[in-house]
Amino acid sequence: MKNKGLTKVDLIFETVDVRKVIKKAFEMTSDEIIQQVLESGLKGRGGAGFPTGLKWKYTAAEKDPEKYIVCNADEGEPGTFKDREILDKVAPKVYAGMAIAGKAMGAKKGFIYLRGEYRFLLPQLYVELHKFHKMIAEIGYDFSIEYRMGSGAYICGEESALFESIEGRRGEPRNKPPYPTTSGLFSKPTSINNVETLVTAMMIIEKGPLEYVKLGTKDSRGSKVFSISGDTPLPGIFELELGMTVQQFVNEFGDGDAKAVQVGGASGFCVPRKKFADTIIGFEGVPTGGSMKLFNSSRSMYNVLHNYLDFFAEESCGQCTPCRVGCQQLLKGIEKVKKGEAKSTYLNELIKLADTMKVASKCGLGQSVGNAFKSIVENFREEVIY
Amino acid sequence: MYQTGNLVKDLAEKHGRKRESLMPILQDIVKKHNYLTDDVMVAVATELDISAAEVYGTASFYTFLDTEERGRNVIRVCKTITCSMKGKNDIISTIEDMLKIRVGETTPDKMFTLLETNCIGWCHKAPAILINDMPYTDLTQETVIDVIKGYMR
Repeated sequence: MKNKGLTKVDLIFETVDVRKVIKKAFEMTSDEIIQQVLESGLKGRGGAGFPTGLKWKYTAAEKDPEKYIVCNADEGEPGTFKDREILDKVAPKVYAGMAIAGKAMGAKKGFIYLRGEYRFLLPQLYVELHKFHKMIAEIGYDFSIEYRMGSGAYICGEESALFESIEGRRGEPRNKPPYPTTSGLFSKPTSINNVETLVTAMMIIEKGPLEYVKLGTKDSRGSKVFSISGDTPLPGIFELELGMTVQQFVNEFGDGDAKAVQVGGASGFCVPRKKFADTIIGFEGVPTGGSMKLFNSSRSMYNVLHNYLDFFAEESCGQCTPCRVGCQQLLKGIEKVKKGEAKSTYLNELIKLADTMKVASKCGLGQSVGNAFKSIVENFREEVIY
Repeated sequence: MYQTGNLVKDLAEKHGRKRESLMPILQDIVKKHNYLTDDVMVAVATELDISAAEVYGTASFYTFLDTEERGRNVIRVCKTITCSMKGKNDIISTIEDMLKIRVGETTPDKMFTLLETNCIGWCHKAPAILINDMPYTDLTQETVIDVIKGYMR
């Protein structure tokens, strides 16, 4: 399969006349906005990749007069920091994206759930929000946004845990269905979108879906903001067209000695050097919410895996057994193998446990622990054992 | 321990007395006093007309809503992979030597508490720490001393 190569894009941070875009959207019907987002092929930029247009369509179809648009700014995935940069640099575009989503679905109220670690951004964000509310009032549209803060719980990035947290409870994920589009925040139809998704949707309205689909591949339309860290001479935030291979990525961002790239953070996949060339970054290959961590040959992949499992064992909400016990047992398990207290074949048992967690856990946290676990154990077995 | 006076009542006036007001109220108390005492949680429960167990149950879920005594300045050192690769342990030992406390402890004068935390979103500028709400990044053993000195008043 021919890939797209590595191309830098400037869509998210580009300066646009926000007022003009909002006015343009407000002159469109709800159906027209949703249709354009659907045609763009935009998938959620937080990591899970649900088609944004569908989410808006389902929420719009609900009859309840009270609906919400929630912006998920609880960016907690290890290695992800692009939403902070987006809010820091182009907050008005995020607000505009929410207003446009609100118009499309008939929601008059928006909430932004910002992780507690980013509280220092709030004063400036409120200045921008005040200006935005003034502008919306001048345009003559009824829509407002409120901030709600997280308090250091990774799990609150899971949509239903996030609702629980806003409602004043422990951030424990709910059972699905019902999905947020029918019963979300305060049990009302809710569309919950990532920060970057909202800005992208707003830019699709600005440029038109035909312009947007020129970027990316059939399965992964458009561009994506990547958070790049680890063993790289170029750590930072870069917007790139989707569809490149890991090899092309490493050629640009590696330090010449990359042995593995963790795509999608602790809940994502580890791609070893031998698979760089034929792995595409996107929904047809390895999907990512933007987290790209490079590891060179000086790093122990056992340490990487241990760090991730320690993270999950702490951040699991503890509500369901497969995740609560599973994370701890995986962590203890690799420690035992490393110390020689268990045979190396014990890793096969642990892989079975990770598979069980994938099918039996209640939410995305427990379901995705196995991604990093399996891809690291399978590709770097010797490093985990010896 | 600290006395709250009218704080809880004032916060309930500001944020409301619904269940959804709970997090903003607790967050504002922690912003002011850095941790939640049993007394303050009971006061919040009374104000919101919910059980104290509900308040404690909610607070104890969140890492930043501490229910144990904390110093005036809470230092949280990121321990997730990139910070860990880029010298987190050196940063911690420097702070430990400087403040004469270990991770998890508070200085006797209650000025500083040293903790570890999970990814705070500064991997591209690792190692990073949070002091209260403020992030400090690209730290070295030298610069972290200056940063902490800035809080010694």
